[in-house]
Amino acid sequence: MLSIENLHVNVGDKPILKGINLQVNAGEIHAIMGPNGSGKSTLSHVLSGKSGYTVTEGSITYQNKNLVDMAPEIRAREGVFLAFQYPVEIPGVSNIYLLKAALNAIRKHHGQPEVDAMDFLTLVKDKVRLLEMDERFLYRAVNEGFSGGEKKRNEILQMAILEPKLCILDETDSGLDIDALRIVADGVNSLRSPDRSFVMVTHYQRLLSYIKPDFVHVLAHGQIVKSGGPELALELEEKGYSWVDRMDAGDKATQGAVAGGAA
Amino acid sequence: MTTATASRYTAEYQSIAPALPGQSLTWLQQLRSEALASFSVHGFPSLREEDWRYTNVSAIEKKLFKPVAGLTAGTVDADWLRQHQLEDAWSIVLVDGHFSAALSVLDGLPESVSLMSMAEALSAQSALLERYLGRAVAGEDNSFIAFNTAWFTDGLFVHVPAGQALAKPVQLLHVVTQAETLAATRHVVIIDDMAEAQVIETFVGLGQAYLSAAVTEVFVGPNADLTLYKQQSESDKAYHFGGIYVKQARDARFRHHNFAFGSLLARNDIHADLDHASECELNGLFVGGKRQHIDNHTRINHLEPRGSSREVYKGVLDDRARGVFQGRVIVAQDAQNTDSEMNNRNLLLSDDAEIDTKPQLEIYADDVKCGHGVTVGQLDEKSIFYLQSRCVDEETARNMLTFAFANEMVDKVKIKDLHDRLLEQLLARFPQEGVKKEWL
Repeated sequence: MLSIENLHVNVGDKPILKGINLQVNAGEIHAIMGPNGSGKSTLSHVLSGKSGYTVTEGSITYQNKNLVDMAPEIRAREGVFLAFQYPVEIPGVSNIYLLKAALNAIRKHHGQPEVDAMDFLTLVKDKVRLLEMDERFLYRAVNEGFSGGEKKRNEILQMAILEPKLCILDETDSGLDIDALRIVADGVNSLRSPDRSFVMVTHYQRLLSYIKPDFVHVLAHGQIVKSGGPELALELEEKGYSWVDRMDAGDKATQGAVAGGAA
Repeated sequence: MTTATASRYTAEYQSIAPALPGQSLTWLQQLRSEALASFSVHGFPSLREEDWRYTNVSAIEKKLFKPVAGLTAGTVDADWLRQHQLEDAWSIVLVDGHFSAALSVLDGLPESVSLMSMAEALSAQSALLERYLGRAVAGEDNSFIAFNTAWFTDGLFVHVPAGQALAKPVQLLHVVTQAETLAATRHVVIIDDMAEAQVIETFVGLGQAYLSAAVTEVFVGPNADLTLYKQQSESDKAYHFGGIYVKQARDARFRHHNFAFGSLLARNDIHADLDHASECELNGLFVGGKRQHIDNHTRINHLEPRGSSREVYKGVLDDRARGVFQGRVIVAQDAQNTDSEMNNRNLLLSDDAEIDTKPQLEIYADDVKCGHGVTVGQLDEKSIFYLQSRCVDEETARNMLTFAFANEMVDKVKIKDLHDRLLEQLLARFPQEGVKKEWL
């Protein structure tokens, strides 16, 4: 599904990611954890194609295609979905308009006809119920005046409708109360399938109690310093990030083993 | 001081004057000769005048635009006209500054309502016109008004008597078909006590250089209600000068929606004088590209207590286009409890686009609520990336955001047919791959 090899990324002249290796297979959930400034958000931005980042070395391969050279919208049409840490408000563009435009763009990309209006409405209303949202949300401007929790739910709603192959969740649990977190997690869990993968970037372990990852990677100083199973998240919660902060990239044995094992 | 350019136009004047309407009306002949004298002295406005410092009109002095010879109108293809003529409306169609009975739609007009060409009104309604023509522009300092008064060939006349609510909108469809044409038209709209009407001024032309110079005088009687729309979609080589001068009586409600999309150089003057508890709403959207220059000049004059005014003007400028917004709100000493708000928001789509914006509040009363705000900005890159991450290509994303910004003004249009036509124009200007009108 996704293969990141020796990825180096600069913002301006400043190196942020310094040799990331990550192998995500179909159906897997990977959690990327790390302290502030470790490069977590950079990783999700680079995967989704945000401008301002320069890949100086290494590669990102998605479904045997070079992701780095693809425009953000092509990545999205190919099935890469970024759930934003801070979803953007788009006044004047309704949710339903954006959803339909997005869905039709995907269908066109794959040589399929436009979605039937009735089928579309049925699909959308179905997913709205899944995320316990009010149908009226659909006709409001994208994220405009939404609370933090509503914005995050809206991201998952879009994900549920667009049915991506690779879902990148950037700090999805930040700003969510427990009820909203449960709804979001239920939404994500309902989307788990053998041909869909998730990369969850998170600062907190809390999300991982609701969405159980297959692998946990710890990012520090632009490198993955430790990889393991779900138990690593608990260990991290217990010992704090200062534990990994002291590690350097020398401790690569575990990481190599897990990444290799996953591949 | 007679300017050289004014003299070119004035020299020409003597040859066309005998063919202008209203020859037998001494009051009109006097108005015209005073206007001609005034224009001969002042010529067209210069950049030295404060109200014209951003808009250079010297281009119209270099060419000599002429009223259509022999006062015969050009021909208009009816199919072409249908793009602009509203379906469920009465209309007065002016072609090259002259009324076309064949293209106008007046069937089923209530007998008490007068809707006709200005030329006809000057004979059929001369007593009424004598009381109104020139009254709304009295005291205005703008030589285009004098120019218009002297040169106008025809126009629209609407009179809705007291208590009557017009069932359908009235459209003035102003078409210019010939190059180098001067279409100087004068319009008078009278809405008596408690009456209601919707009037649309549409300006279009075939792709030539011509000059439209229109003055509209509007009288909204006590507790009467008028919504006036202006759709300026002139040819991209045209010069457009449009002035709208409104007298609102006590409790009168006036709403204006000004859509400026066309022409090479356009100037709008919209002035409203408010009486006790009058309500005035001015909405504007100007969209410029290439080397277009669009100037909007508004003035709301609160003369008596308890009036309210709301003004929102939005500008979208691309390429090397230049926009001007000068909005003035004046609150006279007696106009206590005035409630006024003015906003101008601009979106610049290129580094070379320019906006000059100057909101002005002049408040002489001490118990009022007045505010104003201005923003000038660019499209938000974060929003563009967000849309891209939702499968929308960059160009469509930019157009989507620009369209959304502008569409807020189109959304306020209550006449569905007009709304849909404006929406289509906006979509044509900011195309969005795969978008359907019914999603908006």
